[in-house]
Amino acid sequence: MKRALQKGRTIIFIAFLLFIWELVVHIADVPPWLLPAPSIILVEGLQSYQTFLPHALATVQLALLGLAIGVGCGLSMAIVLHRFTFIRELFYPILIMSQNIPILVLAPLLIIWFGFGLLPKLIIICLVCFFPIVIAAMDGFRQTAPELKHYFEMIGATKAQTFWKLEWPHAYPAIFSGVKIAATYSVMGAVIAEWLGAKKGIGVYMTLAQSSFRTDRVFVAIFAIVLLSLLLFSSIRLIEKFTVKGRGYAQHSKHR
Amino acid sequence: MLSIQNIAKSFDSLQVLDNLSFDVKDGEFVAIVGPSGSGKSTLFQLIGGVSSIDQGAILLNGEDIQQKRGTIGYMPQQPCLLPWRTVIENVTIVEELQQKPNFERAKGWLEKVGLASFMQVYPNELSGGMQQRVSFIRAIVSDKPILCLDEPFSALDEFTRLEMQAWLLSIWEEYRKSILFVTHSIEEALFLADRILVLSKRPATVKKEIIVPFERPRKEEIRHSATFTALKQQLFKYLQEEKGDMYVD
Repeated sequence: MKRALQKGRTIIFIAFLLFIWELVVHIADVPPWLLPAPSIILVEGLQSYQTFLPHALATVQLALLGLAIGVGCGLSMAIVLHRFTFIRELFYPILIMSQNIPILVLAPLLIIWFGFGLLPKLIIICLVCFFPIVIAAMDGFRQTAPELKHYFEMIGATKAQTFWKLEWPHAYPAIFSGVKIAATYSVMGAVIAEWLGAKKGIGVYMTLAQSSFRTDRVFVAIFAIVLLSLLLFSSIRLIEKFTVKGRGYAQHSKHR
Repeated sequence: MLSIQNIAKSFDSLQVLDNLSFDVKDGEFVAIVGPSGSGKSTLFQLIGGVSSIDQGAILLNGEDIQQKRGTIGYMPQQPCLLPWRTVIENVTIVEELQQKPNFERAKGWLEKVGLASFMQVYPNELSGGMQQRVSFIRAIVSDKPILCLDEPFSALDEFTRLEMQAWLLSIWEEYRKSILFVTHSIEEALFLADRILVLSKRPATVKKEIIVPFERPRKEEIRHSATFTALKQQLFKYLQEEKGDMYVD
């Protein structure tokens, strides 16, 4: 009940902000190519629905595929880094440093190396998704209660058993937090990848709209990206609910 | 059965155990009391094979179990139940590490001790006392020749603790497997054990041994008997002597 009320309040507030925007555009008489009013964006969105949908679907496909690969790579990396101290000491600092390289700088390089196909795009999304998952999973593994680890030692569990039966399930909530962040990033990653050259996708739609000064369409794309990210985020929350919650985990995931 | 022979252990320059020897016979309940920091937990780590001993030997049924893990049943101070596993899945975990778990036997035990209705429940829905019961049954179900209990009731409130002692006793008197029980409660040791070993301060060795004369099955009333009080005072005196500078650390 309280949650529903809170959500209602958020929606009303967003509606209020949109209203202000509409008002400002009308009062100040801002030309639509500079900043279109929300009503114009909505009308454009409804009108170009047919042409926009295939673009959105292409982006969703790309984002999901990239996210899946990113989650796979991220988890494998986290497991390797967690279980082999030597490799962790070697690679962890590099991993952190790599996050200081803006993806937009890296993207043209990837195009030069791998062409315009699917591969460089997936690499971009993978790079964006990968980091939050590695960090979250490693934190989850590491934060396993020491008394539980000691108990596992005393009952004669091997290193592998301790990992798969204790640390791995213990990290579920943390991993889900990481995947949720990665999921929202994945849509953004997909759009950036599409800017660099693709036949279809929200990124392509955006570039076309931008070059023809259709600011309203740029905003349609922006809202679509926000919506898709939210949708992906919620679906992962749903999956989390079924796999983690109700299974007695302490509610240590704070991201809702 | 379990035989600890002249073991010594030090961590860096700190000698924790020195020339410590004792036996636990088959079907015997032995309690170890000692001043805090006297190396009781270290002793369990050595028996459990988690760390190595510097000197001496640890034999279980004549076999050297030094640095061999998984040979004893273990019940830690905290319940240490896995929150994502139901009670029955928790109880069978030790077996699961070595072979296929025998759910029937585990079920049998849970039924026997009145935990049958909690079989499919997750640990966070149980009270602290209940969790410790599950933890004890888990140690029994692991089916090892000896159970090592490391201050199992010290985290519980007084009332629950008394209840748990009686509960443990009622099960053990039927089941009669060797138990090595570390505690810092004198009364607990007297009420439960056949024999009490008093450890000295660091480096720990067996200072005194007390045979507890009460017959089994034991009743709650023995707590109020004159013998109980006399033994309690005696044990208290031993521990007082050992206290010394122990609280400095």
